[in-house]
Amino acid sequence: MKYVNQPIRKTDAMALVTGKPVYTDDLAPKDCLIVKVLRSPYANAWVEEIKTGNAAQTSGIVCVLTYKDVPKKRFTLAGQTYPELSPYDRLILDRHLRFVGDAVAIVAGETEQAVDKALKRIKVKYRVEAPVLDIHKAKDNPILVHPEDDWEAKVPVGADNKRNLCASNIEEKGDVDALLASCRYTVDYTYRTRPNQQTMMETFRTYCHIDHFGRLNVMSSTQIPFHVKRILGNALDIPASKIRVVKPRIGGGFGAKQTAVCEIYPAIVTWLTKRPSKIVYSRYESMICSSPRHEMEIRVRAGADENGIVKALDVYTLSNGGAYGEHSPTTVGLSGHKSIALYRHTEAYRFAYDVVYTNVQASGAYRGYGATQGIYAVESAVNELAAKMGMDPVKIRELNMPMEGEPLPAYGDCPTAPSCSMDRCLAKAKEMMDWDAKYPFRDMGNGKVRGVGVAMGMQGSSIAGVDVGSAELKLNEDGSYTLGLGCTDMGTGCDTILVQMAADCLDTKMENIVAFGVDTDISPYDSGSYASATTYTTGNAVVQACADLREKICGLGASMLGVDADKVDFDGEYVSYRETADSETSDNCEVVGGREAAGKNEAEDSGTKRVSLKDIAIKGTCGNSRELQVTRTYSSPISPPPFMVGMAEVEVDKETGKTQVVDYVAVVDCGTPINTNLARVQTEGGIAQGIGMALYEDVQYSDKGVIRNNSFMQYKIPSRQDIGDIRVEFECSYEESGPFGAKSIGELVIDTPCPAVADAVYNATGVRVRELPITPEKVAMGILKKEAGEQESNA
Amino acid sequence: MKISFWLNGVYRHEEVEPDVMLLDFLRDKGCLSVKRGCETANCGLCTVLVNDKPVLSCSVLAVRVEGRKVVTMEGMQREAQEFGSFLADEGAEQCGFCNPGFIMNVFAMLKEIKNPDEEQIKEYLAGNLCRCSGFVGQTRSILKFLRYKKAQEGGAE
Repeated sequence: MKYVNQPIRKTDAMALVTGKPVYTDDLAPKDCLIVKVLRSPYANAWVEEIKTGNAAQTSGIVCVLTYKDVPKKRFTLAGQTYPELSPYDRLILDRHLRFVGDAVAIVAGETEQAVDKALKRIKVKYRVEAPVLDIHKAKDNPILVHPEDDWEAKVPVGADNKRNLCASNIEEKGDVDALLASCRYTVDYTYRTRPNQQTMMETFRTYCHIDHFGRLNVMSSTQIPFHVKRILGNALDIPASKIRVVKPRIGGGFGAKQTAVCEIYPAIVTWLTKRPSKIVYSRYESMICSSPRHEMEIRVRAGADENGIVKALDVYTLSNGGAYGEHSPTTVGLSGHKSIALYRHTEAYRFAYDVVYTNVQASGAYRGYGATQGIYAVESAVNELAAKMGMDPVKIRELNMPMEGEPLPAYGDCPTAPSCSMDRCLAKAKEMMDWDAKYPFRDMGNGKVRGVGVAMGMQGSSIAGVDVGSAELKLNEDGSYTLGLGCTDMGTGCDTILVQMAADCLDTKMENIVAFGVDTDISPYDSGSYASATTYTTGNAVVQACADLREKICGLGASMLGVDADKVDFDGEYVSYRETADSETSDNCEVVGGREAAGKNEAEDSGTKRVSLKDIAIKGTCGNSRELQVTRTYSSPISPPPFMVGMAEVEVDKETGKTQVVDYVAVVDCGTPINTNLARVQTEGGIAQGIGMALYEDVQYSDKGVIRNNSFMQYKIPSRQDIGDIRVEFECSYEESGPFGAKSIGELVIDTPCPAVADAVYNATGVRVRELPITPEKVAMGILKKEAGEQESNA
Repeated sequence: MKISFWLNGVYRHEEVEPDVMLLDFLRDKGCLSVKRGCETANCGLCTVLVNDKPVLSCSVLAVRVEGRKVVTMEGMQREAQEFGSFLADEGAEQCGFCNPGFIMNVFAMLKEIKNPDEEQIKEYLAGNLCRCSGFVGQTRSILKFLRYKKAQEGGAE
């Protein structure tokens, strides 16, 4: 292997670091219409009357659209394989406004100033109703977020719009209550996670125009070009064949762009006016009407025997879907499936959940996709169990962690772990952190105390039996290759790592392969880049496409040599006859079209009968009826989990409660890291995001449902001064079903910071914070309460 | 209003509306490396140099550059390639959207502080957000770049 498992520079890196115009808004023409949306000031209201006359007459305004102007068929914006598990609960514009920020009207005009002016001139009479904001009161509340009769769940997921239920289910194995009752040690606690914003640096944006065939062309910053094509077809009520979606470079996604958050607005403007238009969301809009992480409340009952073996887990998740159901029935599943599976001795479990509609912005996909919330809860509960037993939290994991070939309870996509080096991850992390010396805490003698905490994490590699990855590979006339892809590089580097794989499979240089994607008219079908699928699923398609193309190259080469195809080898440069050269060699090579001299020299040089890839490529373009092009599509029946261990060292100021992560150790088993640099940076980035979720990030609402954190002023993501050391190592297993032994990495790496940091804070202070984020107030108040309690008991 | 200023070394006379921000003005003039990440001067994506000092172009009126020297990444391509290759070799450029503002601020930092240590780097660049990299790869790339520069200067002596 020359490229796989190497720290290869991303093939688009130099364009990015030199600021080249490669993103959606750089590529949209200057004179396209500017599209903006008038947004609801109320969490639950109906448009009684809407007057657009003055707005439409504003100079420079081209169209003003209201609920009267859009198709009346409901759809979902969730980027999922059809039939989507997310309910069809949206219209482009609806009379019923379901959250503060919901779309009331669309305005398009020639300048931003004109559009801003027109937005102010729209007069709306609202009928304001009381909203449902409390997740505990949403189910069976008389106030319905979706009272409409044309609401539809395409797939039975336990949803009922007349009960504010977006999904509901119970999964059970064994008698969990009886087993818990027999356990020597049990805990029963509820953990709360808050909504978080992905805050990719490039906000949502889309540019549309009509092409020479009258088709709607969409360029969008999206993770899901093929799903966007279907979604827009549904939304505009036109055949998807009339829509083409192209993805340029993407300025980050993290799941936010797995929902078609903004595409519908310019799409309907361009479809109706036939004029090019674009929308660029402000950061404000990206905060108040996008697709943040689901708020979840997770009750965990865990039981262990006298030896510290975790026997029973009972997990109930209450998830907040918000006003629309994108990704709601699916994210919640991961909160149980990917947390219970971390405990291989679990004999009985129950995983139940309700996902409710409320009058806040719709939740969506965010790196980790529910697993992050579930792992925070279950790992925290196990840490509490260990504390109760007086056992080192590393020890309880050594006794219970996933092992290769051992069960993954509740994880339906692989009953046992096909590849797993969690044991090595844990041992390595323990050594790197110098756990035994630092556990549980060290008093720094200056009012500050440092504690350490640990957590395990796992994710999947694609959605088993659903996700589809494809690769289209062709040999060009000059002997180079083009690799057509339908997956979406959003900065993650899949355009590079898939070329690394192809170059090794084809025994060629990476420079000799051009990756192309994504254009729904040209690229082979791919579900998109989400669910940690790309490296694993599309990677397998690439490996298979390379094998197929090699066969075709050998076939044409053999016929040029006049030998049987099964008697030749291809080394990347030449197709060679396997037998020792005989007198026929030069004759045959001379037959090879137009390259007699070269052929002769090569044959003489090597003394073997062979034909070069360049000659085969040229032959492919002249008098040839064999295509030097293949497409392979891959979908996996299993979803082999990557695993990791995270250890946090935090410093807590006992006076103020201020908590800082001074050191984070992450040891990852992602199978073979295809690109060691990119795998490392993915990990570092995921850990930093996780630290943000653990300590700072919180989307808060007023009692009227207005978001308090609508900019980077109030919604604080970590800056470089908030992040201490992040140390990453790999302890690789080899996943037989993966390309070059690879599993996924993208989502896994956000799963450990919340529980590890929470446990480190506990070990430092004795304060257990069960509601994220772990703010200084919560820690300081906890310390005060604990001290008061101690004084009382002393007295 | 009419303004006269240097844009990437070229003296220009331009017509500009009094309420236009430098960020929008520069993008309109084809400097598309300048990105917007927020509206509250928090993200650092729109950083450009005005008379060698880093400014957030989202928060400066275009008319304020009258008579001044404005430099965007379009005007520092050679330098961007040189430093950028260190960022790329860490894989820390990731989605790339924050890179131009971040790199322009790195240049500003190196003009002000000859040999910044890790703490100084973190402090100077604290206003440049990045959601992909977790920052540590960016810091590695700067430290490696500084060592390379030092070796280069040492070689020249």
